Amino acid sequence: MAQELVNPVLGKDLIGLEELTREQITAILDTAETFKEISERPVRKVPYLRGRTVVNAFFENSTRTRVSFEFAEKRMGADTVSISTTGSSVQKGETLVDTARNLEAMRIDMVVIRHASSGAARFLAERIESSVINAGDGKHEHPTQGLLDLLTIRDHRGPLEGLKVCICGDVLHSRVARSNIHGLKRLGAEVAVCGPMTLMPPDVGDLGVRWFNRIEAAIEWADVLNVLRLQLERMKAGFIPSLREYNRVFGVTRARVEAAPRDLLILHPGPMNRGVEIDSDVADGPHSVILQQVTNGVAVRMAVLYLLSGGPATEGGDA
Amino acid sequence: MPEPQRRPIMDAQAVEGALGRMADDVVRLAGDARDLVLVGIHRRGVQLAGRLSDIIEDRHGAGVATGSLDITLYRDDLMVVGPRPVVGQTRLPAGGIDDRMICVVDDVLYTGRTVRAALDELADFGRPKRTLLAVLIDRGGRELPIQADVVGERVEVPEGGRVEVMVPEIDGTLGVDLVEAGA
Repeated sequence: MAQELVNPVLGKDLIGLEELTREQITAILDTAETFKEISERPVRKVPYLRGRTVVNAFFENSTRTRVSFEFAEKRMGADTVSISTTGSSVQKGETLVDTARNLEAMRIDMVVIRHASSGAARFLAERIESSVINAGDGKHEHPTQGLLDLLTIRDHRGPLEGLKVCICGDVLHSRVARSNIHGLKRLGAEVAVCGPMTLMPPDVGDLGVRWFNRIEAAIEWADVLNVLRLQLERMKAGFIPSLREYNRVFGVTRARVEAAPRDLLILHPGPMNRGVEIDSDVADGPHSVILQQVTNGVAVRMAVLYLLSGGPATEGGDA
Repeated sequence: MPEPQRRPIMDAQAVEGALGRMADDVVRLAGDARDLVLVGIHRRGVQLAGRLSDIIEDRHGAGVATGSLDITLYRDDLMVVGPRPVVGQTRLPAGGIDDRMICVVDDVLYTGRTVRAALDELADFGRPKRTLLAVLIDRGGRELPIQADVVGERVEVPEGGRVEVMVPEIDGTLGVDLVEAGA
């Protein structure tokens, strides 16, 4: 019997949420919802990608995202190889495309790429036949993080239509913020950002979001806070006077959360700077869904691998 | 392209009659209905397993555990399937399937590849004492050495034709149609 089909499906690559339709985002979230169960099985593995090879090319440091992708790939039955800048030919001056083409010559099926340059994932996708999944490119997008945030919010608050979500902190340097803004707006949520003007991108107005320069006002307005990591490595450039002052003015503290007019849901993409953008008793408190985000990350990445895999479009199924 | 010809081959009453006979056969083979788990293959097998469970409870006074299997991720035709099929839920009883009598239920048995995938998936959940296969329709045409233990009806299907089982929860009606390729 013919099976119900996901339509529209994703194309060859996943570069960002900006280019996905509401239906495509919903299809990924719905697929991830069913994939959560696989991680609860006695054998946490399905053979769907058996014989497929996925290369995790992390040209920028990451533990959380890389491990999450590796779990997702292994649970889908794929063979995986991880490469990083350190010790690879990239250090010897090889270009990104040459690296990818050499990998492709070894018969791979997908590349998961993290790169410090915005646009690196698209650049690669346009030049190789394998599917490319963006695992974070510069300040551009981090689509699977955006998707796992959407899934976690949907798990707790139902449909996102009309929900008020405020992204707090270093929006300027954050690819997570961009993916969140595009994904949330596509699903009908109202989106705001909160933080000092120095940490807001110049085009923040063009993204169609409102801006709060006081965390109290953001909390007064929001149903959900997505608290971003203050990128301390970039703070030497003088974006804020001091970490202590940042916590005093913009920190998500227990007192502020308890003063909220409604039951707040608190997300954080990690890693957290406890006592800076978020206090420990909030991060570990009843409003926090931070660890569930991590769990959902594996399911979302499994769903993306599933929806990007496969051959030409013909209707399958048998009895 | 000529229009396909659709012909009803079982009405609701005929399907109910076949399910009644199947329920009795399943209990006879299982020996003890209390030990049984009926696992329907997504999608229509799930509804048929539910109906069989109700019939067994009515006739034998024993509640039968049910579950569902979605075999999409165990299919062996990854490269020829285009748009990704929607993956449904796999749910098995909380106590697991180890040492239990499992009866896999599906609507149509044809090539046997779906059943092979279902057996592979079940093996990832545990080791049943015994596994039975019950299908409403056996249309022949096997590509693997797999046979059903319990069959509602055997149907000859002309080349190019297919059998469509309809259940109220999905199709709004209960019955079986034979759909033949247009002349």
